[in-house]
Amino acid sequence: MKIKNIFTYCFISSLFLFSLICIWKILVTLQGIELTNFNFNKIFIFGIILCAINLLIGKKLNLNIKITILALLFSIFDYFISINLPIWYSIGIFLISLFFFNNIKNYDRNFLSKNHSSQKLFFNFLTLFGITLFSFVILFPFYMMLVTSFKTQALLLLNPLDFSINFTKGLPELFKSYFIVFKDYNFGRYMLTSTIVSLGTVIITLIFAIPAAYAVARLNFFGKNFLSTSILIIYLFPAIVLVIPLYTIFSQLGLRNSIQGLLIVYTATTLPVAIYMLQGYFKSIPKELEEAGIIDGQNWLGIIFKIILPLSLPAISSVALYVFMIAWNEFLFSLMFLDRPNTFTLSRAIQFLNVGAETPRQYLMAGSVVVTLPILIIFVYFEKYLVSGLTAGSVKG
Amino acid sequence: MNSKLAKIEKRTAYLLILPSILLVFSIILFPIFSNIWISFKNVELKDLRIPEPRAKKLVKSINDSPNQIKVIYKLRNSSLTQEITNVKFKDKYPDDIEPIILNNKCQFKSNLLKCELGNWPKKYRENLEIVFQNTNNQEISKKELKSYKPKLSGKSQNILLTYEFTLNNFKKVIKDKAFIDLLSTTFYYTFFGTIGAIVFGILAAQMVNQKFFGRTFMRSVLLFPYVAPVVALAYTWELLLDPTSGTLNNLLINYQIIDGPINLLGQKYVTLNILGFDFKLRLALTTVIIFEIWRYFPLAFLFILARLQAVPKELYEAADVDGANPIQKFLNITLPQILAVISILFMIRFIWNFNKFEDIFLLTGGASGTRTLPINVYQQGFSIGDIGMGSAVSIVIVVFLLIFMFIYFKLLGKRADEN
Repeated sequence: MKIKNIFTYCFISSLFLFSLICIWKILVTLQGIELTNFNFNKIFIFGIILCAINLLIGKKLNLNIKITILALLFSIFDYFISINLPIWYSIGIFLISLFFFNNIKNYDRNFLSKNHSSQKLFFNFLTLFGITLFSFVILFPFYMMLVTSFKTQALLLLNPLDFSINFTKGLPELFKSYFIVFKDYNFGRYMLTSTIVSLGTVIITLIFAIPAAYAVARLNFFGKNFLSTSILIIYLFPAIVLVIPLYTIFSQLGLRNSIQGLLIVYTATTLPVAIYMLQGYFKSIPKELEEAGIIDGQNWLGIIFKIILPLSLPAISSVALYVFMIAWNEFLFSLMFLDRPNTFTLSRAIQFLNVGAETPRQYLMAGSVVVTLPILIIFVYFEKYLVSGLTAGSVKG
Repeated sequence: MNSKLAKIEKRTAYLLILPSILLVFSIILFPIFSNIWISFKNVELKDLRIPEPRAKKLVKSINDSPNQIKVIYKLRNSSLTQEITNVKFKDKYPDDIEPIILNNKCQFKSNLLKCELGNWPKKYRENLEIVFQNTNNQEISKKELKSYKPKLSGKSQNILLTYEFTLNNFKKVIKDKAFIDLLSTTFYYTFFGTIGAIVFGILAAQMVNQKFFGRTFMRSVLLFPYVAPVVALAYTWELLLDPTSGTLNNLLINYQIIDGPINLLGQKYVTLNILGFDFKLRLALTTVIIFEIWRYFPLAFLFILARLQAVPKELYEAADVDGANPIQKFLNITLPQILAVISILFMIRFIWNFNKFEDIFLLTGGASGTRTLPINVYQQGFSIGDIGMGSAVSIVIVVFLLIFMFIYFKLLGKRADEN
């Protein structure tokens, strides 16, 4: 058994335990509980001791009993170094240490004497550490967005770290910001506009893209190769270089402040990627099926509607969801083209809220939740389709 | 027979493609070309309003004579900068009404008042007064008179369509002392944003490529920042990073990690002391880059994960037999397998980060040293109102973009050759 391995094992494990505890403490602090010290020294050293004990016991004891005892020991230790904290805090500590010791329960002296075991250990912990940290860093802003929308500006200024949710006053009080955002700030209307614009973009894009993609995938014509390359090139042109000319043209044609104008622009900007994604899929459909259709006397339209469309529903849903997401999240064009509140989309409305005179932050965050939630629900529900859409269309971002 | 079929096929193909081509041409390609046109012109935001001749109609009764009435048209040129030529005026009147006196510019024929009002210089105003009487000596209804609206037409020069060109915009762009700073900020932002997103993408993909409980859930969560609307995310970050009431600063102060609040989005430089040397770090720009990495690493993650899952398991098993350690496995097996994806990813992300507008605009608005080229397009065109300058900056972006695309397609071609 190498001494270096034991050392790395204890050191890394304890560090991992400490960072788990840190994350828990941050979350507890955000419930308004006074906690001003991570107690790095004490927790780190006690962690090392417990890890060493874990190693010494090895598999001599029933593993479940071992981890429960170790976790209990740790919780009791933490209870004594931190004063006046609610019981749920300690329960949390206990569960976290249980999770931690569960992860290291299989390490014993045999394991540490194997080749590369310290590196393996390191990478195991890096994975665990990474998963915890990545989840925390990613979810934290979303969590803050949600809890801020349940608070009030006055309470937040009083104690900027207290994000505890008060259920005692009842649900109407809790969701007050949402009522205000929908009633006083007209978010219902903006939501309707956003929905109409996004769905409209999806429908029009598909109507344009399906025939075009079919032609690019299947038919022979002059300039076909040139066309399929230029689709990609056009796709790489960003909105920011289109914005000034489109603004000048649209303001002279009177298309600014209109949903039609937005629909035209969104359709045109998503069309290249839609064609690009669809033609790739159409190419994978066996040609024999269409030939059978031709023999049955179908014309091109019949082939598209009766053979290609039913077969490529998964690809079409991917494109539809992807286009919906782009249109729903789009910001630059809605900022440039819409300046009358009655035509705002959700994104533009939130920006307007922020720029306008001191809007209380809970309304801003309630608005943000309103715009984020639908897209996240759609994403989680249709993840398979959207992920393939993202992968295929991710030349854009 | 065969050639006839081919002809039909060709015609169908064009028919199916034409709508898309027309739309894309008019909304994407045409604007890119008109950018060039506008960038050589001296156009400002206020010039975009087309000058209109306008008239306000007032109807006044004349004392003692109810069968007569005075109509006053308050005429004006809506534009403060441009002339309107050849203004024509038309208004309709009810039956049995005719003007008593009419000036020589106007004619009255079959209930229609027509006037040739000539040329109006900018800011022009004039009142046109005409007295009417009822031919049957009856009282004239004011309401009826008011219900007709006058129609005016005139020709004005559209500043966008003249043939006057200037190089001033480009001269201003290049001579601007801030231009070098602008370029370096843009490249700094683009380069570190791209590298960071790819590094974190690799880390995340390596993690998720292993088996653990909740793996599919983890994959969804990792994609959240990429699919959520940028407006919501940027404002949430702004609140988190706020120097006085932001959560981050308060947490750090609470745990005694820092002494006072740091304005992460509003401070241009921060001096770091590393090993006795002072380093000046561009703080706001770094924060914006971190946001950028946070938001776009999921894309790199998705690409790299897809590639990692395609790496044959046998390679790793063979390495295990040879006694390779995890670092050796990563360097000698994983990295070469994902290198091609990474290079493509780098180019795509580089191009997109180079043009990124929303993220910086929403976080800092381009203040405290975060002004990049796309932000400059917006500021020149819409904050300052110089459309021509904005276009010129857009052209600079397009030129860079074309260079990047050239490299990208070279790379794609090379990769296709290798396969």
